[in-house]
Amino acid sequence: MLALHVKEEILIDVKNLTKYYPMKGTFFGKSKDVIKAVDGVSFQVRKGETFSIVGESGCGKSTTGMSLLRLIEPTSGEVVFKNKNVLEMKRNEMLDYRQNIQVIFQDPYSSLNPRHTIKKILSEPFAINTKLSNAQIEDEVINLLRLVGMDVHHLYRYPHEFSGGQRQRIGIARALALNPQLIICDEPVSALDVSIQSQILNLLKSLQKKLRLTYIFISHDLSVVEHISDRVAVMYLGKIVEIGTREQIFNHPQHPYTKALLSSVPVADPKLKKLTQRVHLEGDVPSPKNPPKGCPFYSRCPIRLDSCNQTAPVLKEVSHEHQASCHLI
Amino acid sequence: MVQPLRQETDPNLVSEISNTEIPVKKRVKSAEWAAFKKNPLGMTGLVILVFMLLVAIAAPFIMPHDPLAQDVANRAKGVSGEHWLGTDPLGRDILSRVILGSQTSLFVGFISVAVSTIVGGLLGMVAAYKGGWLDDVLMRILESIMMIPLLLFGLMVLVALGSSMTTLIIVISIGLIPGVARMARGSALEVKEREYIKAAISLGAGNFRVIMQHIFPNILGPLLVISTLHMSSAIRIEASLSFLGVGVQPPTPTWGNMIQEGFTYITSTPGLVLYPGLALLIISIAFNVVGDAIRDAFDPHIKRQRK
Repeated sequence: MLALHVKEEILIDVKNLTKYYPMKGTFFGKSKDVIKAVDGVSFQVRKGETFSIVGESGCGKSTTGMSLLRLIEPTSGEVVFKNKNVLEMKRNEMLDYRQNIQVIFQDPYSSLNPRHTIKKILSEPFAINTKLSNAQIEDEVINLLRLVGMDVHHLYRYPHEFSGGQRQRIGIARALALNPQLIICDEPVSALDVSIQSQILNLLKSLQKKLRLTYIFISHDLSVVEHISDRVAVMYLGKIVEIGTREQIFNHPQHPYTKALLSSVPVADPKLKKLTQRVHLEGDVPSPKNPPKGCPFYSRCPIRLDSCNQTAPVLKEVSHEHQASCHLI
Repeated sequence: MVQPLRQETDPNLVSEISNTEIPVKKRVKSAEWAAFKKNPLGMTGLVILVFMLLVAIAAPFIMPHDPLAQDVANRAKGVSGEHWLGTDPLGRDILSRVILGSQTSLFVGFISVAVSTIVGGLLGMVAAYKGGWLDDVLMRILESIMMIPLLLFGLMVLVALGSSMTTLIIVISIGLIPGVARMARGSALEVKEREYIKAAISLGAGNFRVIMQHIFPNILGPLLVISTLHMSSAIRIEASLSFLGVGVQPPTPTWGNMIQEGFTYITSTPGLVLYPGLALLIISIAFNVVGDAIRDAFDPHIKRQRK
């Protein structure tokens, strides 16, 4: 994968993306409060790499992913793909854009229409976007099934006849149908058994090699992220707190939140376990409705100073490609 | 050692591909139908409905007498070999009139339920899927229709515009639309949040495709239930309006106007009211029972209990 980095062609450039959800107003008018689900997120994804976004539930990682496809309409910001801002695209351009970028969902039980056969599910991308004949579509569907390692005799079965892993394979096949460049994997393995997880991850890896795909991999599972990523962004309360290559994040974490996250990963070897220091965080994530004024991590930070509560930190270059947002770096 | 000439597929994947035969489309056994078949009450109701439907379709051929022909010599007679259910005060054969009446009742019921299910279902799905002001406006309008008692509404419209079969069907349809729309909206709101809807949008599917291909098939169960239950409501409303004299006009027999005509003679010739009333009762119960059975068949929790 490193060889591809030399080229460093930027596929998608996210600038200052925000998504604010308005609070439900009262009968007499709209409430002015907003929930800042994603608050000024910027990153670039390079061609051929796996870019992971990690963070605990509710930190805005899925919202960020869905915003790139405009499955959720972001409040402001820019998503630049091939020199065009995706958020300002018209319907025709969107249709074109969506062929280039696809999504694999978390829940394999909700991501396939229970009333459609596998053939119908996999035919849909072609029916919408191409003018292929039925026979040609069937050929394409069969190729897709083989590509993700499924038997062709499943063609006329319904989703409920499959296991979670098989359903996720079908979901992957659907995402691959239009030959996209970028696939957003929204926690693609977190609903699966551990044994199935590695199958799906290996499938994703081999597909990436074969089809030269780029992944944005959204997950809360650090061991999975370590396994698959080239670069990693850590999100907390709607903001990226640290971003860097896999080695930088996992071996030289800078932000106290990243350190705490990494120390929470279970270690199989008890001797090693004694050597690692577990960082315990106090309290809960503050409500995104009412985030801390200064550093978002202030309320839980083990190394905070009083001054941290005054101003919000910005991402600072720690080393080449490695940025973290903490006043103490 | 013979080396393979070239390796086409990832060895990881190859091991899992065993069957390369392309299957033919198989007939799918519906789990819902299987569950429905196990419900004795529902099946009884279905048999009754099928029987009544066949009677209504074959009415012109199986009526023993002309339902409009008056036989002055045999007025208000009881049960006899000639007239199985007796005759009315004008000497018309009651059995023939009940049979022809089923045609009117089922026709009015079927058309108005079809219209209200299609219109109400579409309105509900669009309201749920688009949301926002469109949802608010549509739902407030439908709720205000719902507030007017259907019988009163029908009475006013039919008196004002005059009775005709078309007006009758339109009035009943309008009365049934809000119920269907609310139900469709509720179910669609739930389906809308599933990830396959997002997947379809990200594949480029438009509103029409999402609604027809992805939402509609998944709310079919509840739609089927409510339209079955509405069949019985529609038939009862038609009978009520005809009983009040604003529905289907004599001499065309319907169960409603037969009861109304026979009402004066209820003490001397009770059969005049009894037989059409009984037919009404049976068909109402049958539709309700079938509707309940369909609901049970579509309910995954109940299905699991039975297994």
